[in-house]
Amino acid sequence: MKFAVIVFPGSNCDVDMFHAIQDELGEQVEYVWHDSESLEEFDGILLPGGFSYGDYLRTGAIARFSNVMKEVIKAAEAGKPILGVCNGFQILLEAGLLPGAMRRNESLSFICKPVELKVENNQTMFTNEYSNGETIIIPVAHGEGNYYCDEETLARLKENNQIVFTYNQNPNGSLADIAGITNEKGNVLGMMPHPERAVDELLGGADGLKMFQSIVKAWREAHVVNA
Amino acid sequence: MYKVKVFVTLRESVLDPQGKAVTHSLHSLNYQQVADVRIGKYMELTIEKSERDINEVVNEICSNLLANPVIEDYRYEVEECVTL
Repeated sequence: MKFAVIVFPGSNCDVDMFHAIQDELGEQVEYVWHDSESLEEFDGILLPGGFSYGDYLRTGAIARFSNVMKEVIKAAEAGKPILGVCNGFQILLEAGLLPGAMRRNESLSFICKPVELKVENNQTMFTNEYSNGETIIIPVAHGEGNYYCDEETLARLKENNQIVFTYNQNPNGSLADIAGITNEKGNVLGMMPHPERAVDELLGGADGLKMFQSIVKAWREAHVVNA
Repeated sequence: MYKVKVFVTLRESVLDPQGKAVTHSLHSLNYQQVADVRIGKYMELTIEKSERDINEVVNEICSNLLANPVIEDYRYEVEECVTL
């Protein structure tokens, strides 16, 4: 499986993401610059964390207009797995690939620590290696992770099982303790916690690795004969 | 030329943690009469005249980029000015 790590001016978790895929997961991966005009050769798209365009105006607001985002939208429509972490999640929200918006953390502080997440839905291409209700530990690092959507949207997210991860102890004021959601089709996941920073026991935990393994497993089942 | 002043604020239904913190600070400065503070953004745009209606253009700009309709409202003032 071949992954793309999209790099915007101001991305800073791109190297962690690349490392997670190449060295821990053992799959192919390439950096793709934000002005790239094709993602056709890639099977999975990863939008890393950081401060794209300095978070000017709103987090993710400017990145959403880069060339590559047109291709990300195309890839999403084609059903390819798209994972946005932290700033990547914020960009997916601004691009309209996921519903809702981010507000400043309730505490107004930047939070950087490992948190407990509950796997709310293990029937997605991102979570099939976890068990339902399992608690995993993944670090967060953000100032604007306070997820918001209107009541109607929240009801729809619940009804379609689009809430994939919730916080056990809500760190940022996020609505309904939401840490990660998918789109209706289930092939676009946005999450504030950083699975790419939890791929090796040496670095404090490997609970994030299963997410990348899940993506590969789902992809093999769909694309490889006799997988 | 138009000078357009755009004000973007969080929607009434959306909690404003910054505004809340500032309200608390004002209370600790003994301004108990301050009931609420909402923090927003102020932007000034200089826009050249075109065939298109200025209101149409500004509304488009605001809803496409300057404000996020999920959590923010905007209002604006248009002032016609002479270029020197």
